[in-house]
Amino acid sequence: MNRGLVIQLIATGIFYGTPMAIAALGELLAERSGVLNLGVEGMMLMGAVVAFWVSRDVSGPNGLVLIIAVLAGAAAAAAVSLIHAFMTITLRANQVVSGLALTIFAGATGLSSYVGDLANLGGNPGRHIMNAINVFGLKDVPILGPIIFNQPALVYISWVIAFAIYWYVNKTRQGLHLRAVGENPEAADAMGVSVTRYRYAHVLIGGALAGVGGSFYTLVISSEWTDGITSGAGWIALALVILAFWRPAGVIAGAYLFGVVSALGANLSARGVQLPPEVFSALPYVLTIAVLAIVSSGWGRGRFGAPAALGVPYARDGG
Amino acid sequence: MSAILPAIPIRLEKRTERTPSWVQAATPVGAFLFAFVIVTVILLAGGHNPLQSYNAMLQASVTSTSAISQTLVSATPLLLTGLAAAVAFRMGIWNIGGEGQLYIGAICASGVALAIGAHGIGLALPAMILAAMVGGALWAAIPGLLRAYLNANEILTSLMLNYTAGLLLDWLINDSNSYWRDTSGASAYLVAHGKTIPGAANWPAIGGGNFSVPFGFLVGLVLAALLFVLVRHTWLGYQLRVTADNPGVGRYAGMASKRNFVIVMLLSGAIAAIAGASQVGDFTHILDPTGLQSPQYGYTGIVVAALGRYNPLAVVISALLLGAITNAGINVQSATFPQSLTGVIEGIILFCVLGSEIFSRYRVRVGAEKATVAA
Repeated sequence: MNRGLVIQLIATGIFYGTPMAIAALGELLAERSGVLNLGVEGMMLMGAVVAFWVSRDVSGPNGLVLIIAVLAGAAAAAAVSLIHAFMTITLRANQVVSGLALTIFAGATGLSSYVGDLANLGGNPGRHIMNAINVFGLKDVPILGPIIFNQPALVYISWVIAFAIYWYVNKTRQGLHLRAVGENPEAADAMGVSVTRYRYAHVLIGGALAGVGGSFYTLVISSEWTDGITSGAGWIALALVILAFWRPAGVIAGAYLFGVVSALGANLSARGVQLPPEVFSALPYVLTIAVLAIVSSGWGRGRFGAPAALGVPYARDGG
Repeated sequence: MSAILPAIPIRLEKRTERTPSWVQAATPVGAFLFAFVIVTVILLAGGHNPLQSYNAMLQASVTSTSAISQTLVSATPLLLTGLAAAVAFRMGIWNIGGEGQLYIGAICASGVALAIGAHGIGLALPAMILAAMVGGALWAAIPGLLRAYLNANEILTSLMLNYTAGLLLDWLINDSNSYWRDTSGASAYLVAHGKTIPGAANWPAIGGGNFSVPFGFLVGLVLAALLFVLVRHTWLGYQLRVTADNPGVGRYAGMASKRNFVIVMLLSGAIAAIAGASQVGDFTHILDPTGLQSPQYGYTGIVVAALGRYNPLAVVISALLLGAITNAGINVQSATFPQSLTGVIEGIILFCVLGSEIFSRYRVRVGAEKATVAA
């Protein structure tokens, strides 16, 4: 492997890892509050279809339309995440089943596809696309130029989001409350923190971020809408949260690893390396299982484990 | 004690007594009616005539013997994956790896059929089912053992294994010269596809004329009955229910919860794998990566199980219902009933049923002190 290939791999890894990273950051917030949302794939698709719809039908300056499109995608995904929040927080339904129902409801043969049909989005190219930004004119700087100074705006926004979440969770009073709600809701409740309100808020923000991640597919990667365009990225986002031990920096790193590894397969076979691309594609999943097994047992559990109340509905009477 | 719902003056009171039987019966019916109303609203909002859409759906799935046969085709994999999910979820074990276990079942069954299928159905059919069950059980053993002995969350590990199994499936057909892939002639390389299993290994359909019942559906019916007996009337089932409902009590009574956990995972994986074997034996007669992956039978099976409230006999009914909806989506595919509605309808039904369960667990009181029970 030469240097050019490595640089290209990292740059594409960051590019393709970004939508998964943004969605996973949202899921991280929901899970930190104790709500597992397996509906990420469905929420991303809602974000993707609505963002594309807006970018096709709203006219105006490119930048403004793209901002509106991303926000509309976020709002649509947040709206469907509200169903999950209502089911699991208010009605105390099983989070696994409700999340799966959300993916079926909104997913590739569900509402996102229905919206695409109704608005006649299939087969039409979009009119606005988010191009790479030549940041500070540094894109031609060796090595770092193509990797970090020549990416679309959402890549930079994802770094801001990751840092903001890190700051929020670890350094603010609300973040402390959030962790309490996810680890020990009874104690949080006794402290006067509204478990219900915190969980609703974080599931909704999680949904909005999944929508932003989804919009990356129809505004940046492709300028078309096809049913199920995210092709499983939402499920990978779920894996990322675990792989990252529920920490934002880990989510970003993990997402880029997924991105690089999936780009690696195609690049190597193009260069005549005789290893099936499926082996590379499977690597992150197998790695996640291995990491999960290691951190769940014994030494890692307290430090790196899942929020203690993840998946458990909260009711004062013990549910 | 009561919890205040946001904005609405509703209080939930935990039921201390047994849930009245009329509530248990009325809840799913009410949920379905509610779902029906929402779907109608969505159809109207989308500019469809709901009557036409429902009519198209019924014609495609219910109103003739051939339509019912089509529904059974869609219901067969859902029944099997639904039972697989039901047996695990009932025991509080969140096996969402039915999808991957189904792929493994299809791989094992088609492998066996290619090897010995020519010797006749009497040998091939049991061998295919057995091979699938062993493969699926072993695949499910991975998350089972990881959970039992290393405490790794089985939701997440079984989910990851679904992707791994899907990639294995892709590799066997698309990127290798494996035993499963058709490598005879140039056209086989142009579009990668699997070898067709010998005709003698095609599973028999029962029926006559326009009406036929896939063999896999019958297997599902027998399994549903067996599972019902297992859960309700055997020592193992009793242990499992006790452990599921109260792990502490189970442990105190000397029940081996880790071993039981693994047993349930093996059983669930084996049943999901039969769905894969049935896809090959009953319908496609070939190992088809796309055909197995795109319908997401494994995930939909969880919906089926939840609709049937994890009761094996009720799962038969919910599999038929979702089979009918799925089939309508596949076979109508027109302006009156776009395929995208299948997910919307399935999702809404599930949400309504799931949400309605609260009525059997809680008394719902509206207003501050008024004692009205809504159901």
